[in-house]
Amino acid sequence: MKNRFMIAALAAVLALGTSAPVLAQGSPLRLTITDGVIEPLPFAVPTFTAETAGAEQLASDISRLVAQDLSGTGLFREIPSSAYISQMGAFGSPVAYPDWRAINAQALIGGAVAVNGDQLTVKFRLYDVFTGAELGEGLQFAGTTGGWRRMAHKVADAAYSRITGEGGYFDSRVVYVAEQGPKDNRQKRLAIMDFDGANTQFLTDSSAIVLAPRFSPSGDRVLYTSYESGFPRINLLDVGSVTKRQVATAEGEMAFSPRFSKDGSRVVYSIANGGNTDLYMSDLNSGASTRLTNAPSIETAPSFSPDGSQIVFESDRSGGSQIYIMSAGGGEPRRVSFGEGRYGTPVWSPRGDLIAFTNQNGGQFHIGVMRTDGSEERLLTTSFLDEGPTWSPNGRVLMFTRETQGAGGTSALYSVDISGRNLKEIPVQGGASDPSWGPLQP
Amino acid sequence: MKMTTKAMLVLLALSTAACTRPDRFGGANGADGMANGGAPLGNTMPAGNGGASDPRSAAYFQQTVGDRVLFVVDSSSLTPQGQATLDAQANWLQTNSDYLAIIEGHADEQGTREYNLALGARRANAVREYLASKGVAATRLRTISYGKERPIEVCSNEECYAKNRRAVTVISVGSLS
Repeated sequence: MKNRFMIAALAAVLALGTSAPVLAQGSPLRLTITDGVIEPLPFAVPTFTAETAGAEQLASDISRLVAQDLSGTGLFREIPSSAYISQMGAFGSPVAYPDWRAINAQALIGGAVAVNGDQLTVKFRLYDVFTGAELGEGLQFAGTTGGWRRMAHKVADAAYSRITGEGGYFDSRVVYVAEQGPKDNRQKRLAIMDFDGANTQFLTDSSAIVLAPRFSPSGDRVLYTSYESGFPRINLLDVGSVTKRQVATAEGEMAFSPRFSKDGSRVVYSIANGGNTDLYMSDLNSGASTRLTNAPSIETAPSFSPDGSQIVFESDRSGGSQIYIMSAGGGEPRRVSFGEGRYGTPVWSPRGDLIAFTNQNGGQFHIGVMRTDGSEERLLTTSFLDEGPTWSPNGRVLMFTRETQGAGGTSALYSVDISGRNLKEIPVQGGASDPSWGPLQP
Repeated sequence: MKMTTKAMLVLLALSTAACTRPDRFGGANGADGMANGGAPLGNTMPAGNGGASDPRSAAYFQQTVGDRVLFVVDSSSLTPQGQATLDAQANWLQTNSDYLAIIEGHADEQGTREYNLALGARRANAVREYLASKGVAATRLRTISYGKERPIEVCSNEECYAKNRRAVTVISVGSLS
């Protein structure tokens, strides 16, 4: 797999010099993502064809967003239209491959946009320039003009998925805490946005503290900690209707740190009683609860394995906070983190292979990943305060909170590839923290 | 039965106290100056002048008795100085038995959000247990943790952190009237 990519990358590099088409022949358009991907794959997205009068603006906007999604991964590099030798003909007409090879485009995305009233249709085709063939079938998406960003994300997801062989993550949303005001009078409210920071919608007002929301596996509901009652309790919010209710939990002075089970029917969370914090599980419908841990230490920040059989969480039972894994029914946990400093907020990758976490060490915070047995730990970021990673639906990217220090300190959302590359701030208006990345939308 | 009734009344009183919203920043009145130790508790004041010179006032409790204790990093152990403050708090609460207290636990920003909630709960509980050990009825005490959500000092160094790692005893009158 790795070799395959290296050939492609080599071809891409050599193509800048001499007889690229010859060298590239027989090298299919396939980007195998490894930690070694450093040469982004060049692609071209000529402005989609407007098939109806008045569709020109959307055709332009959609093709730009497709390009932005792909470039934004750090795995692809767009070839500017100023370098184009020829333009695309009508949608589906023969492609002048030599003209695209000559400018070293490995992938070419052609598309067409039609608007009828508020109905929007987007078609696209993906071409493997060097082999001179279409990659996959043409696809068509239909929706409303107001949902044009989602349709562009769907095109980009399809292209990403065909080229990498992995799922995409562009047509997804993030629930987070929107922040306003200075550190000593910070107002917080729940908000939801597209993965790229667009289409922000507020879900609560800022009359009570809200913390650490989590999307349900299907993205239709959100669990979060709220001080609405005056004390920390767990709320369940329906995203569609924006209605919320307090979740029945085991008895305790404080309930916080809620996470959905994989089927979305139960919640695992922390209860603090008499100064001691343990993990519990409750059925969201019946309210029946089970105690999962029973230790004098702090047990919090749980996260289910993708198959639902295990829970990873943080505990300071050994002194400083560390990461542990136990059966989803409770029982004796095993410690998995053994590096320097304190570990917290473990989150199990949707692929099951990695655990992302926050590490606090030497006066700095890091977002890192390790295998589920604690091996191959890698710290991906360093700053004054990074915390709370959440996984992209395909397990390739982590989004997290970064806070700056001092009196004027603010929170922002950042993302980083699990290779440690492509660190960037998500454009969000105002302060933002505690992101939870939802699933790919249907 | 009588005991039960009494306990229920106290619980009712406590829930009334809760309605005053210990979340002093997020409430309808927005930020107030209580964190600086001077502001009154609004409509929860007992009869009397209520000023800081009135030894039965909340202002007196905050300013003269001392409403808070501080902790070292990642610890909920009471310092000797903290114990002295809590001894005075216990005395005052026993004298002024119509007051209830919500003990707020807080953490500095060095730590993850949910861990700090749990740490704040430990700190608030350490204060509650100490006050109870000095004779304050446990039914008059309730705890809450704000984790790192409510710093009173905003700089990012030990000078500020030391003041943010605190447990604050917020008193109010438990009368239902």
